[in-house]
Amino acid sequence: MTRSGFVIANLFRRRTRTILTLLSVIMAFLLFGLLQSVNHIFNAGADFVGATRLMVQARVSFTSPLPVSMVPKLEAVPGVARVAYSQWFGGVWQENTPLFVFAIDPLRYRDVYPEYLMPDAQWQEFAHTRTAMIAGRQLANQYGWKIGQKIPISSNIYPQKNGSKAWAFDLVGIFDGKDEDWKKRTNVAFINHDYFDEANQFGKGRANFFILELTDANRAEAVSRTVDAMFENSPDETKTQTEKDFNLGFVKQVGDIGLIVRWILFAVFFTLLLVVGNTMAQSVRERVPELAVLKTLGFTDGSVLGFVLAEAVALCLFGGLLGLLLATTLGAMVEKGTGGQFALRLDVSVWLIGIAAIVLMSIAVGLLPALRARRLRIVDALAGR
Amino acid sequence: MLTQALAIAGINIRSIPERWGSSLVIVIGLAGVVAVFTALLAMATGFESTLKATGRADAAIIMRGGSNAELNSGLDRDSTELIEQQPGIATGADGKPLASAEMLIIAELIRKDDVKNGANITVRGVEPTAFALRPRLRIVAGRSFTPGLRELIVGRGVLRQFQGAELGKVVRMRGSDWTVVGEFESGDAHDSELWTDINVARSTFGRNGSSSVLVALDGADGLRRLKSAVAADPRLTLDVLREQDYFSGQTKQFRKTIGFLAGVVTLIMALGAAFAALNSMYAAVAARGKEIATLRAIGFGGLPVLVSVMIEALLLALAGGLLGALIAYVLFNGLSVSTLGQNFTQVVFNFKVTAELVARGLIIAVVIGMIGGLLPAIRAARLPVSTSLREL
Repeated sequence: MTRSGFVIANLFRRRTRTILTLLSVIMAFLLFGLLQSVNHIFNAGADFVGATRLMVQARVSFTSPLPVSMVPKLEAVPGVARVAYSQWFGGVWQENTPLFVFAIDPLRYRDVYPEYLMPDAQWQEFAHTRTAMIAGRQLANQYGWKIGQKIPISSNIYPQKNGSKAWAFDLVGIFDGKDEDWKKRTNVAFINHDYFDEANQFGKGRANFFILELTDANRAEAVSRTVDAMFENSPDETKTQTEKDFNLGFVKQVGDIGLIVRWILFAVFFTLLLVVGNTMAQSVRERVPELAVLKTLGFTDGSVLGFVLAEAVALCLFGGLLGLLLATTLGAMVEKGTGGQFALRLDVSVWLIGIAAIVLMSIAVGLLPALRARRLRIVDALAGR
Repeated sequence: MLTQALAIAGINIRSIPERWGSSLVIVIGLAGVVAVFTALLAMATGFESTLKATGRADAAIIMRGGSNAELNSGLDRDSTELIEQQPGIATGADGKPLASAEMLIIAELIRKDDVKNGANITVRGVEPTAFALRPRLRIVAGRSFTPGLRELIVGRGVLRQFQGAELGKVVRMRGSDWTVVGEFESGDAHDSELWTDINVARSTFGRNGSSSVLVALDGADGLRRLKSAVAADPRLTLDVLREQDYFSGQTKQFRKTIGFLAGVVTLIMALGAAFAALNSMYAAVAARGKEIATLRAIGFGGLPVLVSVMIEALLLALAGGLLGALIAYVLFNGLSVSTLGQNFTQVVFNFKVTAELVARGLIIAVVIGMIGGLLPAIRAARLPVSTSLREL
């Protein structure tokens, strides 16, 4: 019998126990994988955004819009190549489903966000049709919107001139993202700022965000400072930050959820460590006489330690990988079920953390029993002392 | 039979210290489940109770039709004044309607544990009546703002979570300086706000109306009268909501999200713990095989053995559940956190571990304990006496 065969045979001697232990390891890593991917959403997720873009908002808060007349001033700042702007529309679909709808200047936005892909003809039509709207692939798929349709969307902020908050737009284009990360960000729709500005009842010529495309990413610091200094002490004081910082800050607004998730992870992991560790210790305790026999037969202390450790590693590795796999499948199902709104994806980094956790756990739960097995003195063990 | 079961259970329980290790698995596994479950729901409960405490049943909030939140709402000066003249609104001692036009502004403050990213904070411009409409709100340090000056008072919740708005500090908004002159406490969602005079806010932010109007209702049918008068007036398109309902309505989404998270996490963890409990109860039964067989041989029945194993599993589970609830209570009860509320601003609230939550956690623990105990108990009851006795 080979050594690995011996380990496997040992594992299956107490079939119920092995299977039950395995199941608890699987559950723990399923939870670990899911929570880690949620944690991931809260912590990072902003790495892929362009380093050459700055977001300008009102210093008091981005909910106070700034005048669009700032555009030429911003464009004159050295290092700024192009300026786009967008305003939150407060879109509502049907009864009460909020939508991400922004009023933008189409051609400026297209220049600043080359990550959004759409045929040129559709961009042109968007720019030249006043009531036009374009939607991201994800959003269009979710609600079954087709090009050419009139899409009814209400605003929970802006009434039209006639006082009605029910708007309707002509869908003239559907855009895609250039890669996986940007495809996830196609759950938005855009309408024409010119038309919106004219047709709504108040708030003329304003925008929540100005997006600056820089000539050179290294000038981000300098440009932010210049812009903020330019409007200091005016009613329209600005706060300029990189797109990455902006996104990070936006996610942080949700608050301490990240912290709570870490607490849960800790609790789960701790519980698991004790449970599995205990089972391992027990299985070694029960086999003390056998291990002594092995030693009598001439197996070295080192190889007895190896047997016990290998059992722990096998349990953790098999259960852990299965748990992570399950989490990946479940995460993909959640992502599909919510139309990509909740991207619970277990990407490479989550897997790497998961594998690190598996290794850590194998050592933590296997080492003590293994050391005990190694220290075993044949005489005492056989005598049952 | 019961006496037999109790006798065996007594022996079992007294022998637990002899085999701490495997019993600990159940206790700790269930402590983990109950701690996580209680902590998550304590968060939802805390958020809910903060918002539910906010609204009064005898007051109504009036916003532009279809706004959903004060942030989205905007009323011009004419509508604001018109609203205050509607029927159904109580009158104050001075003979004027008990109504406060309020304007919502959002400012950014930096979290205490952060250096750069700002979080949205509500700044509420109010009329003097606002204080009468919220009797629970008290100034606890400094003084109230002076109408006409750029002064702010700050809620206790803001001070707990954010920096830069302490008493005496200057907050910068729209190119002007605002001095914090007082602290207030209301024990509800207003603790997460800064307050100032609405007229100063109007002139600084270049707006002349309000976001909403809060009114005290006149008698039990005040709301009905107000609603029908507003609906009948062609100049007004408004939503009139009982203040309590407005704030309670904001908790649904949060409760749903946290409830879902708690459900999934608890279910998975509970499965893990149940497997572990099964494992250790099987081990406990196996270790006592000879003992059980002896008992059977001297006349104890199978059922008492089964019941005794179940009692042991349940007691261990209960101990684990209590430990978990205790951990959740010590670590989380009263913990102050904040998250985004309806107005896209931070709502500061405290975790609240209630007796009901603890009870629910214990029920979960007992159910898992039963699952973990039943199969091993059946095995114990069916143990063939003769073979077990021969086993070394």
